[in-house]
Amino acid sequence: MQVTINVNGEDRSADVEARHLLVRFLRDDLGLTGTHWGCDTSNCGTCVVLMDGEPVKSCTVLAAMAAGHEVRTVEGLEGPDGLDPVQQGFIEKHGLQCGFCTPGMMMTARALLDRNPDPSEDEIREAISGQLCRCTGYLNIVRAVQWAAQHPAEAEQAPAQTAGSAA
Amino acid sequence: MQVPAAFEYRRASSVEDALALLESLGEEARVVAGGHSLLPMMKLRLARPEYLIDINDLSDLDYLRVEGGELRVGALTRHRSLLESELVFRHFPIFHDAERVIADPPVRNRGTIGGSLCQADPSEDLSAVCAALRAALVVRGRNGTRVIPMAEFYRGPYETEVGPAEMLVEIRLPLVANAGSAYEKVERKAGDWAVAASGAAVALEGGRITQAGIALAALGAATVNSVRAEQALLGREPTEEAFAAAGRSAAEDCDPVTDGRGSAEYKRHLADELTRRALRRAADRAAVAALAAGAAGEDG
Ligand SMILES: Cc1cc2nc3c(=O)[nH]c(=O)nc-3n(C[C@H](O)[C@H](O)[C@H](O)COP(=O)(O)OP(=O)(O)OC[C@H]3O[C@@H](n4cnc5c(N)ncnc54)[C@H](O)[C@@H]3O)c2cc1C
Ligand code: FES
Ligand code: FES
Repeated sequence: MQVTINVNGEDRSADVEARHLLVRFLRDDLGLTGTHWGCDTSNCGTCVVLMDGEPVKSCTVLAAMAAGHEVRTVEGLEGPDGLDPVQQGFIEKHGLQCGFCTPGMMMTARALLDRNPDPSEDEIREAISGQLCRCTGYLNIVRAVQWAAQHPAEAEQAPAQTAGSAA
Repeated sequence: MQVPAAFEYRRASSVEDALALLESLGEEARVVAGGHSLLPMMKLRLARPEYLIDINDLSDLDYLRVEGGELRVGALTRHRSLLESELVFRHFPIFHDAERVIADPPVRNRGTIGGSLCQADPSEDLSAVCAALRAALVVRGRNGTRVIPMAEFYRGPYETEVGPAEMLVEIRLPLVANAGSAYEKVERKAGDWAVAASGAAVALEGGRITQAGIALAALGAATVNSVRAEQALLGREPTEEAFAAAGRSAAEDCDPVTDGRGSAEYKRHLADELTRRALRRAADRAAVAALAAGAAGEDG
């Protein structure tokens, strides 16, 4: 069947079987291998992408179910002005070691900050609680997200918010 | 990579359309809601439907509203909406307790209450919540609608009263005055299924318990009310002694099995302890509700 999904702002189509999972559509059909695939059982969260702005596990969504929806992957984080603050935060705070969990962590962080620009540490930990990291012990991931919250990209800065450059 | 067996995909455009598809495609057709129980089962080939009918476009099944003295919840309402709803929290804080510990945020963005109840997994938390609250379930087929009390909904593990050409469309929760509810779950790690869990709902009148609902998750082959525990509470004051009697009955009447999550003995202990804890919090909340209602009555 022909499936068309808006991926990172562009309509992308492929002819796939109904049983084709979204993670395969992204990785195999579109070559967007930034989205990782790990446990395959909806437990590890490395396959997390945003569907209509919210994190979902792409190993447990059929490509056919995502048709007509907007999907954002780690490849869609970087904007014309450079890295997303979340990506910069992972660099600044050393939020990764092997990097396997990183794409899913960063997408979840992006969705969290879009809804809640100033999350508490508990809110950050809750947001990433469906995702496993075998390397970092999570501490630096939390710090990376906090860094991103303190350095919002200019376009996202609400008029009343001045925290970004002051920090 | 785990891949489901081949099937044909259909996307339903309305409840009528979904029901017509179920009828014309026959017993090998299944609806898929969030897909977070069904797709993993299909990957493991524990389920092999020939047709999947996607009901995610049926936004008219995604609602929370008070009507006719009930909170009415559309079957396609996601875990996340239940967790974040102020309306649900005000009337039934038990949902908030349970949803906080059901899976994790990305799973809660997809999984639905209808899928949870229809999956009929004995460890499903919302089954215990809905049983404690004495929910009524609205099931629709091409020939009409049936309303089934939660106590009659399950036929056994993974089996419900919903027929092959029917769908669960709504969950109705009766609003009760001076009532409180709570959920207590023990899990091995964040987002895991329950080792054991207990849901409790009580209503108070003149300082005594006039209604009680208790239901356990992961403590038997199907989620059912602990009837003797409920009876142990009726007419009594909400005291530690009453809660202990209910906890003991719940533990005696449940039917846990030893597995990777714990021994039957440990789970039976949890049935007792978690029932007491849930009752304590439910009764506190009921007392607050009664106070608030009293204050409102004096004002008015
Ligand atoms: C990693 C993980 C952890 C989880 N942890 C927990 C947990 O701790 N506690 C818990 O309670 N649950 C847990 N779940 C299950 C989760 O809550 C699921 O979302 C839920 O069980 C099923 O909802 P769904 O909408 O995804 O259903 P689906 O998978 O879409 O469907 C499940 C079944 O119900 C049927 N169905 C769905 N909707 C209807 C309808 N309206 N009418 C008739 N039949 C219907 C389907 O045909 C299918 O047979 C977990 C799931 C995962 C993946
Ligand atoms: S690969 Fe999807 S959750 Fe692990
Ligand atoms: S950095 Fe290795 S799994 Fe997270």
